[in-house]
Amino acid sequence: MARMKFICDAERCIECNGCVTACKAEHEVPWGVNRRRVVTLNDGVPGERSISVACMHCSDAPCMAVCPVDCFYRTDEGVVLHDKDICIGCGYCSYACPFGAPQFPTNGNFGLRGKMDKCTFCAGGPEANGSDAEFNKYGRNRLAEGKLPACAEMCSTKALLGGDGDVVADIFRTRVLQRGKGSEVWGWGTAYGKPAGGAAQPKSEVIKS
Amino acid sequence: MSRIDAGKTWGGALWVAAALFALAGCSERPQETERASSAKKVDAKAWEGASPVYNSPGWKTGDRSSWEAELKARNQAQNEYVRTR
Repeated sequence: MARMKFICDAERCIECNGCVTACKAEHEVPWGVNRRRVVTLNDGVPGERSISVACMHCSDAPCMAVCPVDCFYRTDEGVVLHDKDICIGCGYCSYACPFGAPQFPTNGNFGLRGKMDKCTFCAGGPEANGSDAEFNKYGRNRLAEGKLPACAEMCSTKALLGGDGDVVADIFRTRVLQRGKGSEVWGWGTAYGKPAGGAAQPKSEVIKS
Repeated sequence: MSRIDAGKTWGGALWVAAALFALAGCSERPQETERASSAKKVDAKAWEGASPVYNSPGWKTGDRSSWEAELKARNQAQNEYVRTR
């Protein structure tokens, strides 16, 4: 079975925010909540890089470990999802996440923090696949339609790769070999751990977290 | 057995019964919450499909192997070395 992962190729990302827009449009994400965003490193300095960041669906997800109400679960494809009917909006996952993925809508009275919202890898949530309830709470379930995440499929430069970890790692590896540079994969080591027992790894030289 | 001995035996039995009754209050109460058994909903498998209206063509709803093949094909659509060959 495929193990879903994201890779962002910093050499290719042109900071167009197409992934952010695709995500917001696909799932009708409300104002103030950004499941995906583009982060620029060394902004304005020669050699600046941009990367698209969202929930990485970590192998050993810290959000799952700290959740006091145990609302997280992992699908067969390795996608980390949560049940909004259980979430109490405490924010522990937000403190634990190294990618700042958990988002909290502040549309309640007195700035009340709502239930956590995050990237679902376009896999919906624990409601009937493709139902209105699932769409309203978690957004569209593209995976159940036989599609990959909208952000990755919409990326014009194909900087953002999403899908089976082995396949996206292979695609990235081929690129690095072709261009002979840019093997850094930001967040890969943090999210999926260091290579062990022949695990898929985009490039063995440099892994920045 | 004299009446005094019989009284002592009954008295002892009553004490034992009373002690058992009192200790019953010290027993462990079930501490599982209702949530533990009922809360987290079971999510349907992705390959079981959603609305066929929006399904990607090329796979059959409920067929796991065709779903995996479809995802693999779409994954390769992100590989420009395949697309532009």
